[in-house]
Amino acid sequence: MTTTAAPASGSTGAAPGGRDRKRRSVDLSSPRQLSRGQAILQGIVLTIGAIAFLFPFYYMVVGSLQASPDTTIAGAFPTPGNLTLNNFVNINDRINLWSGLASSGIFTGGVLLCTVVFGLLAGYALSILQWRGRGVAFALALLVQVVPFQLLMVPLYVLIARNYGLADNYLGMILPFAINSTAVLIFRQYFLQIPKELFDAARIDGAGEFTILRRIALPLVRPALVTVVLLTFIGPWNEFLWPFLITKEQTMQPLAVSLANYISTVAASTTNPYGAILAGAVVLAAPVVVLFIVFQRYFTSTDIGSGVKG
Amino acid sequence: MSSIRTTPAAGGSSAPAAGRKRQGRAPNQAVKPLRQRIFGRNPLGWLFSAPYLVFVIVIFAYPLLFAIYMSFFDYFFAAPGAQVDRPFVGFDNYVTAFTDPAVLQSFANVGIFLVINVPLTVVLSLVLASGLNSIKRFRTFLRVSYYVPYVTASVAIIGVWLFLFNQDGLVNQILGPLAPNPTWFVNPTLAMPMIAIYVTWKQLGFYILLYLAALQNVPTELYEQASTDGAGRVRQFFSVTIPGVRPATVLVLLLSTIIGANLFTEPYLLTGGGGPNGASTSPVLLIYQQGIQQGHPGYAAAIGIVLVVLVLIIAYLQNRFAGDRDS
Repeated sequence: MTTTAAPASGSTGAAPGGRDRKRRSVDLSSPRQLSRGQAILQGIVLTIGAIAFLFPFYYMVVGSLQASPDTTIAGAFPTPGNLTLNNFVNINDRINLWSGLASSGIFTGGVLLCTVVFGLLAGYALSILQWRGRGVAFALALLVQVVPFQLLMVPLYVLIARNYGLADNYLGMILPFAINSTAVLIFRQYFLQIPKELFDAARIDGAGEFTILRRIALPLVRPALVTVVLLTFIGPWNEFLWPFLITKEQTMQPLAVSLANYISTVAASTTNPYGAILAGAVVLAAPVVVLFIVFQRYFTSTDIGSGVKG
Repeated sequence: MSSIRTTPAAGGSSAPAAGRKRQGRAPNQAVKPLRQRIFGRNPLGWLFSAPYLVFVIVIFAYPLLFAIYMSFFDYFFAAPGAQVDRPFVGFDNYVTAFTDPAVLQSFANVGIFLVINVPLTVVLSLVLASGLNSIKRFRTFLRVSYYVPYVTASVAIIGVWLFLFNQDGLVNQILGPLAPNPTWFVNPTLAMPMIAIYVTWKQLGFYILLYLAALQNVPTELYEQASTDGAGRVRQFFSVTIPGVRPATVLVLLLSTIIGANLFTEPYLLTGGGGPNGASTSPVLLIYQQGIQQGHPGYAAAIGIVLVVLVLIIAYLQNRFAGDRDS
């Protein structure tokens, strides 16, 4: 496990925003030019990859709009006579999409709030401040990422649902995800990229640590904030196992849980079960996919890679 | 609270002077005040990271110890605050785990899963990442399309996969007479490999991202040198790229093994709870059934610990054989 702590991106001097452009220019260097045949082969491989990744999403949308399920090859293309929004109405009757979305929103919002506030403070302390125990705290943040949830599942359930009585409660749902360790490490990495002289100059000018955090550090880590929000959002929004364990009341269940319950139990009794399932899937997937496409440039390999590797 | 007051100039008080005499320090080397000696130069670091440290202790450290404790007892649920006697049973839970055919089958299933999932993940993500790294056009489009399955909820995608691979689904329509019978997810021999392929597909974007980061760190000079020595593009891939991204490969091996051992949602939904006949049961599914549905959390904790120990052994072996010998 020691090799995983490889030194993160070497571009410490570059400003956080300008790295993408710098990297691209390196890739165009001459020794890596491909021959014509190789370039075509590469294009084919990458295109097959893109189709394999995108087709299920396309099929999800098409299937959610079909009045009667058409599984033939022709059914993969939308036919005007077979289009309907009824599936969305059907699934909404069964699992109440609005309450599911609201519950997912509260769960995700709570995690985001805790991660941004406490994760930022921890990331700042782990990079800028000198204090005894910092090394141990950093090692903990790395170690936590490899602790498998399956081991914690049963004790956390006993503690949170049984001992503290937080079943069917948003606090109990949020607690195990409250501070995303990857986010702490991303914040730390960003703070390390800010030149030390900025902080020293502020200290000489008599600024306290709170002022330095608010006036200097916060404005400079804004790009990291977007990365962290994006990365943290997909965790609780997509999470199934933990909210599934802890919620029994339908009104408390996040959309992922209520849709999964629909898939595993009542799907057989509906006339067009796949239409209804796919309509629910579109509603569950859409917020994340839209958010991700809009902010995709913040989802870069260097930021997240450094967060995972430390 | 500011750090300015804790600069060496603060050494003028009487206590440090006494310490200097006793320990025989040079006069210009001031002794740090007590607060600084205990907490470090910025005690505020403790305050700022306190919420995170409390979180780690409450959510990770304590439950971890609790799981180990629980696995040695005949633990059962009781009303909060009620005093109940939960007998100590030693290694009984572990003995039961190792003799329960359902548990053994679930571990064998994870073995099948890892044998398919891990190599496929490493090869496909490295090939797609290095392709993506050297392309100029459509780069953003391809990147986004590779990441989309990773950012989407598994529950949503499972709906489409069930639709695609059911008895009369699109895949079987295309295959015609070649379609397997019984169909994919209800076929005892195909259920687990299909789950492995599903998870590979779903997680691949994340590993492509890790490899893209690693490829930035391979020095361009190495490619130039290899090119001067007459190495073609394929040769460069094998003798420069693969050794260059070895730390990332170790990380990908580790993470895909951990994620594979954590399998729950896919057997629960894709194969209807580990069917057919337990052919796709995962240990975490058993932990859920035993620990929470049937009320044997002590036994479930023991299965969890056995699983984690096995994962640690696999991770150690991977690190030993795939990792860099020098580091």
